[in-house]
Formats: sequence, structure tokens, C-alpha cells
Amino acid sequence: MAYSDKVIEHYNNPRNVGSLDKESKNVGTGIVGAPECGDVMKLQIEVDTDGKIIDAKFKTYGCGSAIASSSLATEWLKGTSVDEAAEIKNTQIVEELSLPPVKIHCSVLAEDAIKAAIDDYKSKQDPSD
Amino acid sequence: MTVKLPIYMDNSATTPCDPRVLEKMLPYFTETFGNAASRNHSFGWAAESAIDVAREQVAALLSANPKEIVWTSGSTEANNLAIKGVAEMYRAKGNHIISCVTEHKAVIDPLKHLESDGYEVTFLGVDGQGNIDLAKLEATITDKTILISLMAANNESGTRHDIDAIGKLAKAKSVLFHCDATQAAGKIPLDVEAIGVDLLSLSAHKFYGPKGVGCLYVRRRKPRVRLTALLDGGGHERGMRSGTLNVTGVVGMGEAAKLCMEEMPIEIPRLTALRDRLEAGVRARIDDVVLNGNPDFRLPHLSNLSFSYVEGESLIMGVPDIAVSSGSACTSASLEPSYVLKSHGLDDELAHSSMRFSLGRSSTEAEVDFVVEKVCAEVERLREMSPLWEMVQEGVDLSKVKWTTH
Repeated sequence: MAYSDKVIEHYNNPRNVGSLDKESKNVGTGIVGAPECGDVMKLQIEVDTDGKIIDAKFKTYGCGSAIASSSLATEWLKGTSVDEAAEIKNTQIVEELSLPPVKIHCSVLAEDAIKAAIDDYKSKQDPSD
Repeated sequence: MTVKLPIYMDNSATTPCDPRVLEKMLPYFTETFGNAASRNHSFGWAAESAIDVAREQVAALLSANPKEIVWTSGSTEANNLAIKGVAEMYRAKGNHIISCVTEHKAVIDPLKHLESDGYEVTFLGVDGQGNIDLAKLEATITDKTILISLMAANNESGTRHDIDAIGKLAKAKSVLFHCDATQAAGKIPLDVEAIGVDLLSLSAHKFYGPKGVGCLYVRRRKPRVRLTALLDGGGHERGMRSGTLNVTGVVGMGEAAKLCMEEMPIEIPRLTALRDRLEAGVRARIDDVVLNGNPDFRLPHLSNLSFSYVEGESLIMGVPDIAVSSGSACTSASLEPSYVLKSHGLDDELAHSSMRFSLGRSSTEAEVDFVVEKVCAEVERLREMSPLWEMVQEGVDLSKVKWTTH
């Protein structure tokens, strides 16, 4: 399978690899996928008091397209608001990385990871939730 | 010592045509171009005599009689001819066939085809190293069993079946034994008389011959095996395979067989040492590497390793200078990981993390060392990026995690 230049670029130089303190109140963590499916993504956001994402990190077990999708997602997340982040769609990732049809599930996983991280962050903000 | 890039370590997929083979083939394209079936002029005789030489060369590789070689387009056709040809010819005797879950698709799919035509097929399971239970095989044979089809060595794991024992059992039970020897031919000694095999499939491009040619060994004595042909036509190959012979291909296959016979005594220990060097090098550098297949009874040139917590396709992407293959779902059209490795009882995660290194005639120590260095460095990089690796370092038991499967 031939990869697009952007996938290869993200794969070779992934942005924002790492972990944030998942116990922190300001950090939302999303872990999606399963080892038996061949991809697991962990995506984390750190949010300031204004609801702005000031940091994002990822770790991904998966193919090059999955790594590139999550790397791109963290790039987009940094500096946006939580509400804006929730609007990110997998189709935007597909377009940016020129993913072929067989790799669309990688972009879906990245969108799911963003949503899961936001949900986790929000659940920490409202103790009654 | 420097190595020339890219490095080819996927010789189980195909091998380069040996230049000595190509040289033998060339005159048969342009000068000695006759149709081997043309019986009334010298062009045809010359082609036929070249075919006869190749028949002897390939027969010699198998300790067979030249008359027992039926040329085909490759192993897929040879497997189809053996399986469907026996099934139809011996339909009155029975409708039961025994095979194994780890066979190549070129065996499994013809058998599935027969199932839809009313035949019954038993696919034996395998143990953690890819071997069948011979007692189970024996117990599965009924008076309706007409064929056992089991490969000599597996294309993914390299695990060898005990074909000598299977051949003896088949003989004792008067059941025909077909063996797909695509991966084994030219790599390890095969003697059809010692094995007691009745049908055996080969493909030239797996042992330094050209693509598009192969053969089926069909036993002529004790018993004389009969087959219903797949193709109707001119009745070539004693009626078993109609179609003008691929003279250039057949000449190349013959020469390739001859070279393998000559070089096998040197190549087996050389490739075994290289493979062991590769495995030792990897294990010295990184942990959590699983060897797939039977470590004590496998092909000399093949090593299948699972690098835990790293996905196979991403690993292959990280070593663009090295040609290897992966059991990962993503490298194939389907999204399922290797059915062969899964049948060993391997976790899907480990099946996704597998990489097959298959060495060949041109492989060198320097290449092996380069591959070990590159692959290990990439595994280390990807593990730093892997959430699974991180969880394991934190003491999380991955089997206890509730994953969101999709």
C-alpha cells in the first residue's frame, strides 16, 4: 500500500507523543480501539480555566495511518476550545491525510478518541455527573 | 561491510529468477521456439527434448520418475488439479477429504468449493506451534475418505508437518495423500518414495525459477493415481493438463531444480545459521519477542516473530529499506489478522504484531545485522509511542482491560 506524503511525514515525525497526568482535573483522557482490532489510541487534552486546550498528547498502537491520524488530531486540538474540538470530524482527517477507503476507520478512531477525551474532561468538571 | 539497499527478505513470497536459470531460458524464446507438441519437425522436437531434460531435473529434485511430472502454471493450479481432480475421479469411492486450517488459500479455497458441491471436508486444528495431532488425523479417516491434503511446510510460520508419518498413515489406510510443497521444494530434501506421497505441488518462482510455471507430481505406481483434468483441450501432459507447454518456463524450472539440488547441502546450514543470527540478534536487543511456529521443526530460511505492543504494518512502514511481510491485518485486503497465526492460539494482538523474515540465496550476514539493527530500533521507537507498552510498564494486565471494540 502506498502512503500519502503527509501520512509518512506524521509517521516519521509524530507530533505530541507522550502522556499527561491522567489524574489531573484539567486533563481529559480518551482510550479507544482494541488490541485485537490492531489499533488502540490514547489521546489526552489539558484544558485551562477558559476552556481552551493548552496541550494535547497521544500514544497509538496501530498502523501508520492510525499514528498519523492521532498525531494530526493533537496538532489541531492545541489552541482550540473544547467546544471547537468537539466539532472535529473524521472526514477532515481523511481529507488532510488523503487516507484511502481501507484506512477511514483510523480517522473514525481519532474522532472517537477526541470525543472520549472531552467527555472524560467534562465528567471531571461536574462532580455530580 | 556495507549493504546494498533495499534488502530483500521476503523470499517466501517469491525469489528472484537466478541469472543462470534465465540464461538457460533465453534461447527458447527466440531460437528454439517450437511447440513441444509439434511432432513433425525439428522445431517441435527441440522443444520437446528441452522439456524432457527439465522433467528429469524436476523429477530428480523429488526422487520421482520423470513421467510423474505434470506441468502447470504454478502451485495454485497444481493444488486445484490435485484436489478437484481426485475428488471428481474418486467420487464413487467416497466424498470425504481431510486437510488443515493452516493450509494456503490455494488449498483451502478449492476444498471450500468442493464442500459446496456436496463433499465433506475436515479441517484439522493445530497446536501452538502449528502442528497437527497425528492420532487425531488417524481417527478422522473414515471409509469415505479419499484424500488427505497437508502441506510440507507452512508459508507463514515455516512449521513443517511430519509428512513422512502422514504418508505412512495414508498408505496404511489406502487414502491418497496430496502435499503442497510450495514452500519446501528446493529448500529441504523431498523424496516422494520415502514420504509415500501420491501428489505433490511445486512452484518454480519459490526456488529461483520464473513465475508462471509449476508442476504436480502424480504417482504412477502403487497406486497409479488418476485425475479428472481441470482443462479440456489438446490432451497434453497425458490428458491431465491440456494447453501448449510453457517451454521457456519449464526449462527454467528444470534448471532451478538442478541448482537447488546442487546447492542445498551448502544452503541449508548457511541459511539456518543466518536465521539463528537474526533471531539471536533481535532477542539480545529487545524483550517481549515471540517466535511463531515450531522452533525445532521448521524451514531453515524462515523466521516469524511477533513484536509485542507494536503493530506489524507500522513496523514495516518504519523500515522502508527492508522487504518483509507481516501477519497484520492492515497489509492485506481483509481486516483480519493472519488466520494461520490465530490458529496457533496466538492473541490477535500478537498476530497483528508479527513479521516474517524469509532469507534467500543472496542473503548475507551483513544484511542480517542491518535488519536486526533497523527493526529493533523501530520497535523501540514504536513502543515509546504505544499505549499498550505504556500500560504494561505501569503493571496493567492488558487481558483485563475493557476495550471499546469497533
